[in-house]
Amino acid sequence: MTVQGIILSDLDGDRTWRLADYVKRGGYEALRKIIAEQISADQIIGEVKKSALRGRGGAGFPTGLKWSFMPRAFPGAKYLACNSDEGEPGTFKDRDILRYNPHSVIEGMIIAGYAMGCERGYNYIHGEIFEVYERFEEALQEARNAGLLGQGILGSDFSFELYAHHGYGAYICGEETALLESIEGKKGQPRFKPPFPASFGLYGKPTTINNTETFASIPFIIREGGDAFLALGKPNNGGTKLFSVSGHVNKPGNYEIPLGTPFSTLLEMAGGMRGGRQLKAVIPGGSSAPVLPGSVMMDCTMDYDSISKAGSMLGSGAVIVMDETTCMVKALERLSYFYFEESCGQCTPCREGTGWLYRVVHRIESGLGRPDDLDLLNSVTANIMGRTICALGDAASMPVQSFVKHFGDEFAFHIEHKKCLVPKNVQHEGSKIYVA
Amino acid sequence: MLDIEIDGKQLQVPDGSTVMEAATQVGAYVPHFCYHKKLSIAANCRMCLVQVEKAPKPLPACATPVTNGMKVWTHSEQAVKAQKGVMEFLLINHPLDCPICDQGGECQLQDLSVGYGGAQSRYEEEKRVVSNKDLGPLVSTDMTRCINCTRCVRFTSEIAGLMELGQAFRGEHAEIMPFVEKTVDTELSGNIIDLCPVGALTSKPFRFAARAWEMSRRKSVSPHDSLGSNLVVQVKHDTVKRVLPLENEDINECWLSDKDRFSYEALNGPDRLTVPMVKQGGQWIETDWPTALEYVANGLKGIVADHGADSIGALVSPHSTAEELFLTQALVRGLGSGNVDFRLRQIDFALDGKMAGAPWLGMQVSDIRYLDRLLIVGSFFRKDHPLIAQRVRQAVKRGLKVNAVNSAFDDWQLPVANALCVSPAAMPAALAAILKAIAEEKNDQVAPEFVEATLSVVVDENARAIARSLVSGRRVAIWLGNFAVQHAQASQIHRIAHEISRVTGGGFGLIGEAANSVGGYLAGAVPFGEISGKNVREMTSSALRAYLLVNVEPEFDCAFGAVAADVIGKADMVAVFSAFKSAGAFDFADVLLPVSPFTETPGTFVNCEGKAQSFYPVVKSLGSSRPAWKVLKVLGEMLGLKGASADSIEDVRKQIFGDATVVDLNKLDNSVQSDVVVLGNIGGGIQRIADVPIYFADSVVRRAPSLQATRDSSEPSARMSRATLERLGLQAGLKVRVASANGEAIVLAEEDGGVAEGCVRLAGAHSLTSRLGALYGEVSVERL
Repeated sequence: MTVQGIILSDLDGDRTWRLADYVKRGGYEALRKIIAEQISADQIIGEVKKSALRGRGGAGFPTGLKWSFMPRAFPGAKYLACNSDEGEPGTFKDRDILRYNPHSVIEGMIIAGYAMGCERGYNYIHGEIFEVYERFEEALQEARNAGLLGQGILGSDFSFELYAHHGYGAYICGEETALLESIEGKKGQPRFKPPFPASFGLYGKPTTINNTETFASIPFIIREGGDAFLALGKPNNGGTKLFSVSGHVNKPGNYEIPLGTPFSTLLEMAGGMRGGRQLKAVIPGGSSAPVLPGSVMMDCTMDYDSISKAGSMLGSGAVIVMDETTCMVKALERLSYFYFEESCGQCTPCREGTGWLYRVVHRIESGLGRPDDLDLLNSVTANIMGRTICALGDAASMPVQSFVKHFGDEFAFHIEHKKCLVPKNVQHEGSKIYVA
Repeated sequence: MLDIEIDGKQLQVPDGSTVMEAATQVGAYVPHFCYHKKLSIAANCRMCLVQVEKAPKPLPACATPVTNGMKVWTHSEQAVKAQKGVMEFLLINHPLDCPICDQGGECQLQDLSVGYGGAQSRYEEEKRVVSNKDLGPLVSTDMTRCINCTRCVRFTSEIAGLMELGQAFRGEHAEIMPFVEKTVDTELSGNIIDLCPVGALTSKPFRFAARAWEMSRRKSVSPHDSLGSNLVVQVKHDTVKRVLPLENEDINECWLSDKDRFSYEALNGPDRLTVPMVKQGGQWIETDWPTALEYVANGLKGIVADHGADSIGALVSPHSTAEELFLTQALVRGLGSGNVDFRLRQIDFALDGKMAGAPWLGMQVSDIRYLDRLLIVGSFFRKDHPLIAQRVRQAVKRGLKVNAVNSAFDDWQLPVANALCVSPAAMPAALAAILKAIAEEKNDQVAPEFVEATLSVVVDENARAIARSLVSGRRVAIWLGNFAVQHAQASQIHRIAHEISRVTGGGFGLIGEAANSVGGYLAGAVPFGEISGKNVREMTSSALRAYLLVNVEPEFDCAFGAVAADVIGKADMVAVFSAFKSAGAFDFADVLLPVSPFTETPGTFVNCEGKAQSFYPVVKSLGSSRPAWKVLKVLGEMLGLKGASADSIEDVRKQIFGDATVVDLNKLDNSVQSDVVVLGNIGGGIQRIADVPIYFADSVVRRAPSLQATRDSSEPSARMSRATLERLGLQAGLKVRVASANGEAIVLAEEDGGVAEGCVRLAGAHSLTSRLGALYGEVSVERL
């Protein structure tokens, strides 16, 4: 499309991931500018704050504010980590950034390292996208060879070393403290907070963790200024954002659009509904975000504030589109199974509760539901939410709550009639992959 | 200090406190499972969720730091709702069959479910089943009951020093398990039974033997190592059913070593001697007390009359009570002999009569945490002193640097900053080198008495590193382990180590081998003092006419093992006071007097820090056995000895300790009169280093079947470094003959990188090696 992006734009070339290609696109200019003009760390953080860049990993926490939490005066090692452990169903943006534009992440991390006084960074890459990991390693080597990484970057006295680390595919390792545990070589389990990583992170040292896309946005902010980035989006929702559109659309894929773009525009970009069918529901921010009915969604713009007002989250920007051939009970069953399978098992409500949720949804789907099952689901999710060490408990609960809230009649029909509201042949026709 | 309000009560707590600690202080009970005051915080059970002002959701009390002005409600509607929610989750997959669970009646989950659980489960799906794990002979598992609190995991890695348990798999499939094909082998393993809040980990020896509410809980003191751990002995129908720790922050904290915990099995075992026995015409016949005692009294009288008092002697175990030690020496001295000793594995007595007081640790155990430098000389530290090693392990986390001079190293499961591994013969010289290096570091002169000893020693890098470490410390201690005390040149080691402590301004102490290693000196059970006599080495190298053996099994307890037993067997009369039958005693003894083990007698143990801990019997004496102090008292009266008489146990104590209820610390002193120290020479050849494995050390543990089934009780093997093996043309796994001047042992050779070059480590106190005689000295090792 013609919309001007900052991460995915100009990536039509043959080998866009090469350093030379990146430099042609204006790559490493921001870093050179910082080194040449000796821009101070405070100025950089100020610029990032001005840009209203919010964390692209899901929580949407203002990046500049996060960076300012880092105790720069802390003596000894400080670490930077990039969270490329993209494991949430529906999300597939970070792998494309790393696949086609890895140097934007490297440059963003070097600048972040400069701004926060970190000498070492790690990029934790999801274990199931190994070829992306290998490509990132190649990019790192290119950057090292060009003097952009390592000791005395670009002849200055600033040193920064960056390593790639691949996980083994556990969803929980995308939780930032579990990610740190995993880098340390331990079992990927979240730590309880406080202490937060900014004071006690990797190997017990101050650590800042950002998402791949967040880092990839940094070079533009420094090169063009925070205001220019902010102007791309809307107030408090600066810049452009990648949306991974999947589901019943004609052209699923990654789309970079300015924050604040109407959902309808995004849907149009994605080729509209498959077979011209009706939009039934959308999960706007990855599988852990509450589902919204299509009608609500059509009134939303794609930014943190608008989606939040509608009762869901922009999350990681994974837009899962469902048309009227979808059985919502079946969809929830699949999601609940994911969280049941991916719970780390550390804390009680999630370890025991996710399995319980799945089993209840499963029995409803299997025609064995009971009249009070919906109350039970609401009660169990209420007992999980806010009681766990990390957000996986909430992530498992929110789909259940929202599916039951918005599509309660479908669940009730299932319980009463022991079959789907959407007839099997319609489901089959819709997806072409459904096997009864 | 921070202000906090908990359930409406105001209080101040130190910075860094958690809400849980603050709540404990005001007496507000917050339900919990994973939290334990001695372990790191996991915050995984989520049972301790409480309401905190301004917090949008309930927070775990165990992991939430107190902030100034915080307001907390532990039993508000929000808090209780959260706690009940967590309890429901804990119970959905937990078997609800308390009546058949061994933990029933003492289960935290059961107790809390009464307050927080529902009357009926809303979970009607299939429950999770988890396969049981083999954790060894001490800990039994019922893993389906596990609530994954990870207390046991944290215990093994943080307190015991080696992670032997972990949580494998994820989510609902998470399981606590040992490493594949491994068991939990730490000498502190029993504590995970206490820590487990449910019935997942229970005591294998105790399993299904009694219910918690059926047993009386009685206080006692451990008779094993020199720490004197405080015990709760649980008793049903006058039988000891199990032993648990009695929390004493100054001594054992809330822990027990497995030796203290599981040795009780011997007390009800088939080996118990319950009737007095006399050997007549080579046959053992059971008899009554008057006959047996008369036999001993007449025997002693006759031998004193015919051969003089000097021909009788007594050996007392250092695991005996102070009262037994005292009355034994009083009996011998009353007859006019000074032949009494309790230091059974010691062979160098050059310091006898020269010490300023009874040797001891030189400090309080609870002060170990304040040390910043420690030098341990000659010790199988972890196995000899499990809970003292645990304290050192915790102190290391606070910055303590541990240095060690040893002839054979085990993994102590704590970081050793500098280790110097030398053969036993070279140990005094190694210490002299450290002393010399300290003088060089401080630009000082070596004290005149030590000039000759340090003159020719070479200071190597290890010695210098240890010297630097000690000199840089502010709170330094030098400890001698059992190996150093049992060394052929123990007196030199003692003198030089003491001098090292003097020049570094540090403390000096002996860790002590047994429960009454200090008490034996205070009770006078040593052959010097008013009436002096022969020490244990002299008494077991040429035969006396009569021996009294109190709780002693010479073939295992004495330095010379079976050789000592042979010598004793040549006497005209050997009277054995023992709680147990033994093949050895049946062979060499003439009279067997059944006396009570620690659970059946009152007594006192003086631990390594000089704390006298008196205790009462917890059960009646088994069969016709009687407390040894009473037997000794009656025997003394029959012999007409005033000194060996007493009206009551308190009367005996008064004679030992005076009127004070605590030991006069002035009586404890490790210093020695000064004279010139000259390095001796043990000689060349292959030298034996003998450890006393943890479960061979005394007559009680040797008979505890579960402890005997552990890895620590495996058969002794000849452990040598690879270089020594090669030099001798041996390979690991070969059968070898280890021979000394006295006898030989056939064992397997094993490679052990911790053993000094030119040495063979071969455990003592075992029937396989008992014939070798000395624990230390030259041996030959050859392929069989």
